[in-house]
Amino acid sequence: MFKPLSLAGFALAISATTSMAATNITWWHGMAGRNGEVINEVAQKFNAAQSTCAITPVSKGTYEEALASGIAAFRSGEQPNILQVFDAGAATIINAPGAVIPAEDLITQAGYTFDREAFIEGVRYFYAAPDGKFVGMPFNSSAPIMYVNTEALEKAGVEAPKTWEEFEAVAPKLKEAGYLPLVQSQLTWQFTENFFSRHNIQFATNNNGYDSVVDTEINMTDPNLIMMFTKLKAWADEGYFGYYGAGWNDNQKLFEEGKAAFWIGSSGSFGGLQKTAQKPFSATFLPYWNSIEGAGTNTFIGGAALFAMSGKPEAENKCTADFFQFLTSPEIQKFYHQATGYVAITKAAYELAKSEGYYKEKPAAEVGIQQLMLKSGDWSKGYRLGFYPQIREIMEREYGRIFAGETSVEDAMKTIETEANELLARFAKTAG
Amino acid sequence: MKRVQFSSVYLPYLFIAPQMAIIFVFFYWPSVQAIQSSFYLEDPFGFGATFVGLSNYSDALGSVQYQAIARFTVVFTVLVTFLSLGIGMLLAVKADAVLKGSSTYKTLLIWVYAIAPPVAGLMGMMFFDQHIGPLVKFAALFGWDMKVGLNYNDTAIAMIIVSVWKQIPYNFIFILSGLQSIPVSVREAAAIDCRSGFRRFWTMTLPLLAPTAFFLLIINMTYALFDTFGVIDVMVKDKAANNPITLVYKVYMDGFRGNDLGGSSAQSVILMIVVFVLTIFQFRFIERRVHYN
Repeated sequence: MFKPLSLAGFALAISATTSMAATNITWWHGMAGRNGEVINEVAQKFNAAQSTCAITPVSKGTYEEALASGIAAFRSGEQPNILQVFDAGAATIINAPGAVIPAEDLITQAGYTFDREAFIEGVRYFYAAPDGKFVGMPFNSSAPIMYVNTEALEKAGVEAPKTWEEFEAVAPKLKEAGYLPLVQSQLTWQFTENFFSRHNIQFATNNNGYDSVVDTEINMTDPNLIMMFTKLKAWADEGYFGYYGAGWNDNQKLFEEGKAAFWIGSSGSFGGLQKTAQKPFSATFLPYWNSIEGAGTNTFIGGAALFAMSGKPEAENKCTADFFQFLTSPEIQKFYHQATGYVAITKAAYELAKSEGYYKEKPAAEVGIQQLMLKSGDWSKGYRLGFYPQIREIMEREYGRIFAGETSVEDAMKTIETEANELLARFAKTAG
Repeated sequence: MKRVQFSSVYLPYLFIAPQMAIIFVFFYWPSVQAIQSSFYLEDPFGFGATFVGLSNYSDALGSVQYQAIARFTVVFTVLVTFLSLGIGMLLAVKADAVLKGSSTYKTLLIWVYAIAPPVAGLMGMMFFDQHIGPLVKFAALFGWDMKVGLNYNDTAIAMIIVSVWKQIPYNFIFILSGLQSIPVSVREAAAIDCRSGFRRFWTMTLPLLAPTAFFLLIINMTYALFDTFGVIDVMVKDKAANNPITLVYKVYMDGFRGNDLGGSSAQSVILMIVVFVLTIFQFRFIERRVHYN
């Protein structure tokens, strides 16, 4: 008998801490650990800053689980007000017409002005409609950058490479000095999606999938991409590159322990790496091939965005708009940027952090933003491809087979292209 | 056969109603839904579904990858079933023969069963970790450069070892109790007639254990097909990549992670049919040879 009672008491205590009259909105996300705690802190700040709305963040596990829970909830009419969706899942939610209210519409309808130009270049397009309208509100944004073991550079007497050509020149010296020159943590995001972006090469037809889902085809047999992976395999055979499976941490570990000289990670890894790295480190841009014409363009954001789910009462939508507005304020952006290592998504927040001297103190924290702000090209804005989580799984499988020596780079890319195109055609049918 | 008489004809139905309700809600209803959505291609948010007939089935069955996963599932299921049954039986027979401190042995062998599959997977993952795994270092002593998570066969071996290890105690408990239900008089008679322990086991113990072994065979196959999900999920660390996976894991990847409801429904119906056929086969052909007293 005491159980329902204590539950009721608990509920009462919760509602008493927020305001009785406040409109409650929910926010489902897929973040854990320190990043999950920061989400709760952001929500507390919002609840403390005003009294009309009260937001409750709920962790739904991983990114994939958050999306799956959101979909299941939407189908039974129990959807949250805000759902966090990761980059690979963006096409799923944006191509479902009527599942979400575009963030830009929501904000302007609530009476705020919305300025796309206030956001930094690299985050502006990925979660937007083809005409540039923001559908999702970019939230935790990251870029693939290269972390550098400074001690290794000193011992080998070399400098951090800007291009892969330079890497090829320094790798033997690093190996001689007893280091594994290169590790990375996600071949799909860092060496495929952002390879196309960094080298300004078309990733898929239909404007990288942004214009239409019909007959969209992926460009996995691009000779430059094949060249990149042929090099990676050759480097692996010579001991210049270490591949430890598709898991993120198994690869990062080598860098944390100071055994690897360079690690391609996420700008969002910065916060964690400060605690786990056993050697001093710095960071620099993701290298590119100087030999590829037009290379050196910016990368687009990884991470996730927040989507306002449709089918909610007007008052709650107003609160969601208030929250989005709150989230993009320079102070909150700066707080989130510094607490997690994810990049600041607005220029104002970046300038604020800069003016306070944050990047003088921690130069590595600035690399991600600077890389997103590099000059952009036609093909550096990202991609919108359906069933993309599954396409990534196919890539992971075939890339693993390349490094296990079970297949050639050409065959692997052909297999990925064939299977991915089948999935894209299937997706076009579900969306049609 | 005994017949129980009920005062009302409806009373027995009332008694089984709760059980039927549970089966209906958790089995029949989802099954019917799965069969239904396996004929559609559906937008995950439920805005539109296109009837595509059997194309979800032909897509799955025609895919080279699906066939490769199916082949692995067969090998995995057979190996896990027979290794865990075989080792469980060996340990039970040996433990049964121990006179001194037998309860200590039995407890030690049984308590592994208290470990949940994901925890077993986690322990297995640690044992086989590329950087710190003691079993990987042990394998290196024999010149075997084991790369779990990287090399298909190495991962398969690690998965089978962890899955078998997890299931042995379950088989052990059942076979031990089966052994103890064999009358002492029969054992003694056999011991007088035949000196060879191995032959006694083969001609006397095993036939008497047959009902238990048959039950365990079905349970172990179901375990290898479905319950090893937790072990696999933890061992591939959320990224299947080029590692071996079973059909159940593929259903999860496509449906839950990939949001392809039609495709994964078709796959789960295929699995349902496989289990159905397997069960019928077992009861028709194997159970006939089993003697219940």
